Amino acid sequence: MLYREVGQFKTTYAADMAMFPIRQDRVALWLVLLVAFVGIPMLSANQIWPFGSDYLLRAILMPFLILALAAIGVNILVGYCGQISLGSGAFMAIGAYSAYKFGTGVSFPLPFAGFDVSIPPLPMLFSILLGGLMAAFVGILFGIPSLRIKGLYLAVATLAAQFFFDWVFIRVKWFTNYTPSGSVNAPELNFFGFLVNSSIEKYLLCLIFVTVFAFIAKNLVRGNLGRQWRAIRDMDIAAELMGIRPLYAKLTAFAVSSFIVGVAGALWAFIYLGSWEPLAFSIDRSFQLLFMVIIGGLGSILGSFLGAAFILILPIMLDQVPHALGVPISVETVSHLVFIVTGSLICYLLIVEPHGFAQLWSTAKEKLRLWPYPY
Amino acid sequence: MRAPSGGEIASGEVLLAVENISLSFGGIKALSNVSFDIRKGEVRAIIGPNGAGKTSMLNVVNGFYHPDEGRITYRRQTRHRMKPYEAAASGIARTFQNVALFKGMSTLDNIMTGRTLKMRKGVLSQMIYWGASQKEEIEHREFVERIIDFLEIEHIRKAPVGKLPYGLQKRVELGRALAMEPELLLLDEPMAGMNLEEKLDMCRFILTVKDSFNTTIALIEHDMGVVMDLSDRVVVLDHGQKIADGTPAEVQGNKAVIDAYLGVAH
Amino acid sequence: MIAFGQFTEVLLGGLLAGFLYSLVALGFVLIFKASGVFNFAQGAMVLLAGLALVRSLDFLVAKGFPYWIAVVIALLFAAAIMALTAWVIERFVLGPLVNQDGLTLFMATIGATFIIEGAAQMAFGSDVYPLRLFPTDAIFMFENTFPGGILVNKLDLWGAAIAAVLVAGLAVFFQYTKTGRALRAVADDHAAAQSVGIPISWIWFVVWLVAGLVALVAATVWGTKLSVQFSITFLALKALPVLIIGGFTSVPGAVIGGLLIGAGEKIAEAYLGPYIGGGIEYWFAYVLALLVLLVRPQGMFGERIIERV
Repeated sequence: MLYREVGQFKTTYAADMAMFPIRQDRVALWLVLLVAFVGIPMLSANQIWPFGSDYLLRAILMPFLILALAAIGVNILVGYCGQISLGSGAFMAIGAYSAYKFGTGVSFPLPFAGFDVSIPPLPMLFSILLGGLMAAFVGILFGIPSLRIKGLYLAVATLAAQFFFDWVFIRVKWFTNYTPSGSVNAPELNFFGFLVNSSIEKYLLCLIFVTVFAFIAKNLVRGNLGRQWRAIRDMDIAAELMGIRPLYAKLTAFAVSSFIVGVAGALWAFIYLGSWEPLAFSIDRSFQLLFMVIIGGLGSILGSFLGAAFILILPIMLDQVPHALGVPISVETVSHLVFIVTGSLICYLLIVEPHGFAQLWSTAKEKLRLWPYPY
Repeated sequence: MRAPSGGEIASGEVLLAVENISLSFGGIKALSNVSFDIRKGEVRAIIGPNGAGKTSMLNVVNGFYHPDEGRITYRRQTRHRMKPYEAAASGIARTFQNVALFKGMSTLDNIMTGRTLKMRKGVLSQMIYWGASQKEEIEHREFVERIIDFLEIEHIRKAPVGKLPYGLQKRVELGRALAMEPELLLLDEPMAGMNLEEKLDMCRFILTVKDSFNTTIALIEHDMGVVMDLSDRVVVLDHGQKIADGTPAEVQGNKAVIDAYLGVAH
Repeated sequence: MIAFGQFTEVLLGGLLAGFLYSLVALGFVLIFKASGVFNFAQGAMVLLAGLALVRSLDFLVAKGFPYWIAVVIALLFAAAIMALTAWVIERFVLGPLVNQDGLTLFMATIGATFIIEGAAQMAFGSDVYPLRLFPTDAIFMFENTFPGGILVNKLDLWGAAIAAVLVAGLAVFFQYTKTGRALRAVADDHAAAQSVGIPISWIWFVVWLVAGLVALVAATVWGTKLSVQFSITFLALKALPVLIIGGFTSVPGAVIGGLLIGAGEKIAEAYLGPYIGGGIEYWFAYVLALLVLLVRPQGMFGERIIERV
């Protein structure tokens, strides 16, 4: 009876169509936001456990937030619009390298015109958002085949994006500003005069980005556009006969998804990594994101967070728990175990609960609603 | 609004006319040289044995298949080769022989997709939601709620459609088509697989749609009782060809039709 | 003549490498034909087969077995491992997913890929293990036709020969045996095949076993070429464009696709590489496949799909 919505009558459609129509959900959301925005910074400022060192912030919370953001992007494309993508890593890379170029100044020689196009280094926020825009643009380009290609065939098209851009960022030195090693350093994180340096500042920055984009994503998927995406996913022919233009629905999904993934890529490079190589955005990253979405829940924003958390925490657990139990296992074995557990979980969820953790969560809520009575 | 009487329909304005339509798939003729018209406000039944080309005909009207030959005139204008969504935008809605609902969505969301063409707010406005987009969503929700009331499916408003029984799915599908406020509604076997009670409900809905929304309806149906009761005029297809066209009574007595349904003694 | 000789050398090298791609692609085609499943795990199966083979071979040789006896035992051992894998996959992954749509099955095989990769390396180790089953020295051919002849690797010739034998065998299997016909029925429609009494789980086991054996054959050739190591799993990804071009259901198509990709990427690397920077091989196959898809969305040899509602 903890989670009871009886008595919460809605008298307007606006209330019925709210983002979280049930009061308990709203309270929970505010609590989470309160802890994330106020609680954690306070604990961290006073060095209270578990925030005594910034390990938790730097090694877990920051990657969690950024990868959850990327997973939201992937979920829009795969979970909501039903277009499988194995190339998300490439779109993160495009976001990262474009933001890097805009942040350090673009100079593009045009020999035939006789002059150079040059843009001075842009403010950090604009660079990151422009990185997202570039990813969205390329996403649209690679999304065009999706109008004619379906299912597995589309997976190959996205793989083409992955491998092509892997190669581009290794071979085309212009993108790395001709650094000899091919690895690049992020410009200083200057947000309109405010320098983001400490772990807690970086954490808060990521948190702001994730919160804003999660709300935007939630608004989109519950509105008209989101219905079009889901209609295309569930039954594309019927959707078209309802007047939904496949071109518009699919390309907006590619654009929005790639934009969010691109922004996540820029954050990953600038804030989490600091300096990076093209390998940071390889096909492994694409699979990692896809797994987060499948495990967390296809077609669920909450699921993107759950999936990201699980995929990040699993290797740490597999490393720490045996140690704590006095059974030391090698780093290699841990990585193999991660493979096995992740793979098994994917298969298990596909068989038992195709909508992932998010669905388990709503089933649990359904049970709580009736608790302690079975019916 | 009042429904036109039989006499008015007989002389009524033609909404859609197909002329000499032929369609084939890799050598197999699905339709050959079919012509008929649909007048404003009538229920036009298309009947025929299985494989006669009825669904293919609807697919042509929908813009989903493109005929090899022939001409389609809709609202007095000759139609060029068009995409299904263009047909939808011009006021043609459709239900399907095998229910084609969006299985992962709720009843409400399914019917709301029917409003897509009427919704104007851009992506940016939808991102923010609060304000203009919310207002638009609520306006359309109100319209959709009227359809839900009409079809008596209030109790399954928020249920995922994949889990609904077949009869209700058919009803939701009708609701989704009605949400488009179509001028021409194509119903592909709306009563297939239903029990008598569900059929009666569906007949009632179809007649109400015709009478109070003044929607023109093209209907494919196998239940002859339903066809005879509901329709103003009937066209009969067999092996992709038109074999009869007229009022239910005329068609019922037509020798070619009886032969097609019962077989000819050789 | 020298330029033409060079071109021929590149082309021939590409074609022979293409046969090796076909070896992997064949496994995909088999499973797709028989179950409608796009088996992403084929590359992982090549890794597993290779590791089982090379590790047991090394073990037996170290124990003092004569080399050829050791090879036979090791091959049998690896085949047994593949049979076990086939059984496990059928029993625990695909069996429960009968009648699901293609994309779900595809994602399930991605899951299976990770299980196999993890388990294979945990059981057999994760280093680089050299395998020497076939001669790998280069020989000169057509010395009469071209000045200096053409340099060809013997291993590539072996690979081509093995691929040819496999294709012939599989074609006969699919066309002329009862099991082959049942396989095609299952691929068409799981439920319909079950309803006419085809034992679907047995059929799937057989087909995964055959695919596992094809993976073992591929592992002998690829393992000799690259040594048995984790990067062999990327073959699976290379086989994707091969299938797009060759079609998911055509055994000869897999060979033709493999040849086109093999030859295409070698020629592109040799003639385009110097202008736009090396390493084109890395993406050429995918972009080629993408271009093919833009022109023919159903792939080069696929049948046009008539959609119905």
